[in-house]
Formats: sequence, structure tokens, C-alpha cells
Amino acid sequence: MTSKPLLQAHGLSKAYPGVLALDAVDFDLYAGELHVLFGENGAGKSTMISLLAGANTPTSGTIEMRGEPVQFASVADAQAKGIHTVFQEFSLIPTMSVAQNMFLGHEPGVGPFLSPRAMRQRAKQILTDLNFDIDPDLTVARLSRAQQQMVEIAKAMQGDLSVLILDEPTASLTDREVDQLFEVIGRLKSEGVGIIYISHRVHEFERIGERVTVLRDGAHIGTAPMAEMTEQSLVDMMAGREIRDIYPSIAHTPGEVVLDVQNLSAPGIDHASFEVRRGEVLGVAGLVGSGKSRLFRSVMGLNPTHAGQVRFKGRDVTGAQTRKLVKAGAWYLSPDRKHEGLILAETPRGNLVMDLMAEGGPLLRSRQLSTRAAEIFGHVELHESYRSRVVGKLSGGNQQKVLFGKAFGHKADLYIFDEPTVGVDMGTRAALYRLIAELAEAGKAVVVISSDLPEVMNLAHRAIVLANGKITAELPREDLREDIVLRYFFDQPGASQQTQKDTEGSPA
Amino acid sequence: MMQANSKPSLAALPLRIFIKLGVLPFFLIAAVVIFTLAAPNFLSPQNLINVARQSVYLVLVSLGQMLVLISGGFDLSVGTVIALSSVVSALAMTWAAQIFPDAIWLVILIGAFAGFAVALIVGAVNGIGVALFDVSPFIMTLGVSSVGTGLALFLTGGVPVSGLPFAFGDTFGFGRVFGVPVPVVIAVIAIIVMWVLMARTRVGARIYAVGGNIKAAHLSAINTRGTLILVYGLCAVIAALTGLLLTARVESGDANLGGTIAMESIAACVIAGVSLRGGIGRVENVVLGAFFIILMQNGMNLAQVSSYMQMVLIGLLLICAVIFDQLRYRMIVKG
Repeated sequence: MTSKPLLQAHGLSKAYPGVLALDAVDFDLYAGELHVLFGENGAGKSTMISLLAGANTPTSGTIEMRGEPVQFASVADAQAKGIHTVFQEFSLIPTMSVAQNMFLGHEPGVGPFLSPRAMRQRAKQILTDLNFDIDPDLTVARLSRAQQQMVEIAKAMQGDLSVLILDEPTASLTDREVDQLFEVIGRLKSEGVGIIYISHRVHEFERIGERVTVLRDGAHIGTAPMAEMTEQSLVDMMAGREIRDIYPSIAHTPGEVVLDVQNLSAPGIDHASFEVRRGEVLGVAGLVGSGKSRLFRSVMGLNPTHAGQVRFKGRDVTGAQTRKLVKAGAWYLSPDRKHEGLILAETPRGNLVMDLMAEGGPLLRSRQLSTRAAEIFGHVELHESYRSRVVGKLSGGNQQKVLFGKAFGHKADLYIFDEPTVGVDMGTRAALYRLIAELAEAGKAVVVISSDLPEVMNLAHRAIVLANGKITAELPREDLREDIVLRYFFDQPGASQQTQKDTEGSPA
Repeated sequence: MMQANSKPSLAALPLRIFIKLGVLPFFLIAAVVIFTLAAPNFLSPQNLINVARQSVYLVLVSLGQMLVLISGGFDLSVGTVIALSSVVSALAMTWAAQIFPDAIWLVILIGAFAGFAVALIVGAVNGIGVALFDVSPFIMTLGVSSVGTGLALFLTGGVPVSGLPFAFGDTFGFGRVFGVPVPVVIAVIAIIVMWVLMARTRVGARIYAVGGNIKAAHLSAINTRGTLILVYGLCAVIAALTGLLLTARVESGDANLGGTIAMESIAACVIAGVSLRGGIGRVENVVLGAFFIILMQNGMNLAQVSSYMQMVLIGLLLICAVIFDQLRYRMIVKG
């Protein structure tokens, strides 16, 4: 580390009407360093990077680059000064090609004329340098979320790059892709690029981070070298209290079969058979794109089915309409809360109306609805001060609580949670896990689909693993160990070899 | 402490009103001030009653338009439905009058039935196109509006259908109940029914949910397709009601009725804070919005603004309202 920081912020504050989102935070970043920003949702991390990325201007405080005071008029201005940001919300245009997206706004060419060939070549060069296996001519809409994430990163890899800000870059990446990304990060660091890295995944960033700064409620709690911190001390610092076990222990009392799927074939799904019983949590694990989400979207009638049978509470519901299934008592919690889950311009109560009105006659009883909504929001621990706000303004964790509230609005027998804690902080996750446990213990059949393997391993009584659209394993609780589950993630000839190596390496 | 707090909140009051109610309160105040200065008789009771009577038709159509806008679409074919229901009901009445020359009310009933029936067909076509085949509402209702206008002109050869029962125009065009014009009574009933529908029933909540986030609504067991078809059907039926009232007023079935009402009704809704993205909008504001448009036209007439210039101003007003709608949505969702 050289003496002068690459980027330094003094007393950075940002006030919104009624809220102090960031309160006099100091922060510095050296060349060749990876500095992690850690904190719960709403702690001020996003505000912090929006100021450093030029997306927002600070209410007070200064930013210096290599000792010189700077101000960013816009994201483009910050980019011109060498700060590139990969936001969580992608800025890609789905109808354009990968290469077109990478050079959006500064397309190579002569005068007003584009030179598509030069653009494609340069795009290919960047992608190869990054070891990303993506065809620059493909349309972005056809890429998976992980691939889109790679394009976003590739987009930042050009021009004068001195600071790279990554906001939850691994949220939708598979382990292999994470390794690839970390390789790229390592190379950038050796070239002297400073990286600001936001993530909840301690076990990932402790491998690559030099220092970590913890924020809570907009305030700077502390900055320390990564080597001095443990996951537990970080989580305690973040929460301001001790969080020991975020996973509850869930009593297992399997009852009758609620969902029985036999030989289901559907788009991206190949002869899947499994069942879910009352009083148990079925975990569903697999890589992004393995079909774990698609399988249940077909079960719920959101995707078509080709062959096989789906029986719900003994009735054949193969290819039934989603609406009929939900009415019959199956609830699907979408992983995409913004597009498929919530009405962003409505209050939490307004979001619940469509779920609560199934009870009673054609007339809405406004007061009764409010009481019931308040009851449910109390139950999912949505703080009162958020209940009159518009959902679009809430943090990811609180939005997820509203979504869980919708689930409790239906008296269902089967709850399918697809990525129930995506982009949710540790404290909220513990609360959501308790709700899942409560449903299972009340005799509901619960399915937890998740890309977060510890989540599946700790919540599930039983788990199925998918790879390439096939169910590759059904594992009982005692076999839910990382080394065992991971074996079934790859449905290819190489997998058996890897399995052997894993068994040899394990202490047993 | 309290005083320090009240100051900024007072300054932010216009902003809070804007976020809550949209741009209409500001437009309304500006219009009243300007027209009172330009035309002294603008605020006279006689003129305001006049405006109330004239605004009935736009209020009704705007209520239907509001339903469609809240569901996330829009309906350009409302004017066509007015023309078509006018022509069809007039033809049906003249035909029925030959068969039952003595049963005037039966004749009127047959005419009204025919008018509503044709509207239901138009609404169902719109709804099915949008809901089942995912045609964009813009293209669907634009195409239907061409078909409908063509049919109305074809049926009449472009000549108004006259010879309607005298009682029809006398009752629904010029009649009064306890001194209140019949069209106004019908509009008031329609407003109340619509308010109850949107604010107090499950059907209303479903329409808001579909417009707010159609995928979330689908996952909450709401019949999104059925809701959309219902919305376009209701909009057409209300437009047909307007068509019948206008037919009674001009005492003939005319294919040229409702020419500009599609744009005016969208303008009325948007000015009243109905979001073009769907999911947001209130009946009482829409009534005020339609009233405002007629007030503008009336004021401009009194101030002797030429009818060509009026078109320019109404168009500009609509664009302004849409821009403000965008700003408002951004403030609601992003803050």
C-alpha cells in the first residue's frame, strides 16, 4: 500500500427529507486494495456508493482523488475520472447485443459512422481477457442473469479504470463464476485498481478483501483489516447485537403428501419426480440455470408442462391455471419481487388487499382489511413506521417482509419460496427463517428453492438437487453437507471424478 | 421545536398536494383566476350550471376511460362506441316504431338494448384482443375505432337517422327530475356506482391490482384476463350510455358524435392524477378532471378564443399533464 490513498472521503453525509441516510462517514481506498462495505440493508451502503459513483451529490463532506478534491456531476463524469460502478440493477439494454451494450455511448467508429467490426473485436478482446465465455454478438435478453452480470463487469473494464465499485456482484453467480470473478479482481488489484466491494457474503469476500468497513444506520461503525475480523465479529458489528443462530431448528413431523409430481417434463425440465409432505421443508438446490426455479414454475402453471403428472392434495392439476392453484391453496413466492411480487407505488397495506379480499363477499370491508393487514405486518415484523410508506421506497429486506405478508394473507397448504432471502440482510433473514419454520411446524408443506446452499442445508428436512433440468439427487437431512450436495450440482461425466476427489479429501 | 418543524412543511405543502392529488388543483386554480379576469360572467351561477350540464357526457366517458387506464391500458375507441351506439339505437328505434307504433317505451327500450349490445361487442373485442392475444391497447382500440366508425357511417350512409320517438329526446335529452336535468341525474348515479365499485368492492381492488403489477396479481390468484375484459366491456357500456344520452339530446342517430372525446377523456383522467402506468386513480378526481376540461372550453368560448386555438391549448394541456404525471410517479416510487 502506498502512502497516499487513491480515493478518500471525509465526513460524507447525505440527507433526504426526514432521513439522514449517511452520517459523516470517513472512507479511504488505496491503489491495489479491495475494501469491503458491510452492513444491513438500509445501513447506508447504497447511498455511500451512489455518492462515490456520481449518481448522487453529498449534502456535506468532501471526496478526494489522489489528494485532489473532486466533485462528480454525474455517473458519466465519475467514469471520465476513472470510477466505474457495477450497480445491482443492471443498466443493460435487453434488445441489443453484448458488444453494443459494452460500448453504449462511446461506440468505436469514425465520426458519425460506426465500425461494428472494430467494436466486436474489442468486445471479444475484453471478454477473453476476463475469461468470460460469452459471444459478443448474442442479444442480452437471451443471456442468463449471471452472464448479464459478467457483461456489466466487462462494460466497466475499459478506458481509464482506477476505482471499480461492485455492488453485490456475486448475488446471482454460481460458485465457478465467483471464482472466475475473483481471478479478474485479483488481476485488477495487481494492476493498481482500487476496488470497493459490497456484499453480505462474508465467506466470499474474506478470501479477497484487504480491509472492511462496517456501516449501521448511516453511521461509520468501524474499519479494520480483514485478517483481524471473523464472520461472527462482522455480523455482531453490523447488527449492533449478537446474532448467534440465524437458522431456527424446525420440528419435523411429516404428514400426508400435499404435492406429488411424477415424471414431469416441461421447458428445461426432464422427467422430474418428487413429493412434498405436510409439516416438512423440502429444500431445492442447484446452480443458476439448473432448472430448480423452472420446475416449480411449471408446477404452478406459470410455465407450460409437456408430460407427466402433478397432483395437489390428491387432485390432478397438471397444467392447471396458476389462479386455480393459488385458490386451491398453493402459494408461490416469486424471486423477482419488483416485477412479479409487489406494487411499488402502493403502501404495504395496498399490496395486501389483493390477497386478503378472497375472504368474504363482493364488498370490501376497509376497516376489517386494515386490522387484518396490521395483524399480518405485526407477524412478519414489518416496523410500523414503514407501513404507511410506498413499497418502492422500502429497503430490500422490508420489501421481502411485505412479500411474506402476502403469503400469510393466503391460508395455503403449500408454500413455495423461490429465493426467499435474495438481497436481504442478516437480521431480516433470521426473521424470515423463523416465519418459514412456523409455517412448517403448523403443518404446512414448505418448499425452499435457493442458490444459497447454507440456506437449503440448514432449513430443509430433505432436499432435491437439480442439474441441467434433471433431479440428480434426493438427500435426507443427515446427508445435507456441502461436500455431498455439491457432487450433484454437475450432471456430466466429469462429475464422478470430482466426487472421488472430494471423498478422498474429506476427513471421514 | 414544533415551530421549526412547521416551517418547511408549510413550504412543502404544494409539493405534498401535488404528490397526493396530482396537477389538477393547480390547473383548476389557474383556470378560474385567468378566466374570471378574461370574462366577467365566467363565475356566474348561470354559467356554472351550464358547465355542469355540458360536462355530463365527458364525465361519463372519463369514468370508463379511468377504469381502463387504472388497469394499465387505454381506450381510443370510446368515441366510436358513442357513434355506433347512437346510430344502432336510432335505427333500432325507427325499426321498432314501425312494428309497435303505440308502445313508445317498448320502442325506446329496444333502442337502448341495441345500443348497449353493440357496445358490449366492441368492448369484448377490445378486451379479448388485449387480454388473450396481448395486443397493445393502443393498436387494438385504434383498429377497433376505425372499424366502428366505418360501420356507423356505412349503416347510415353518413346521414343522421331522424324520426326518433318524441318521448326519448324529451325525457333523456331535455327532461328534468325535481328541476335537475335528467342527464345530470344519470351522471350522478353513475359517479356513485363507480365510486363504490372502485373503492369498496373486490372487483375494484382487482382492477387496481392488475394495473399496479399484473404479474403479482396473477400470482395472487386474480383472474387478470377476465379483469381486463371486464374493464374494456364496462368502459364501452358507459360510452354507450353517453351515446344514448347524446342521441336523445340531438334527437337523431349521428355517426359524427363523439369525435374528439377519446383524447378529451384521457386528458381529463391524466390531469386528474390517473397514472398512465396503471394502478393509480380516483373516481372523485376524474369527475373533477372532466369538469375542468369543460370549464376550460367554456372559459375559452367566453374569452372568445377561436375553436382552432382551443384544440392547440387542450393538446398542450394534455402533454403538460403527462409530464407532471411522470414527475409525480418518480417522486412516489423513488422519493
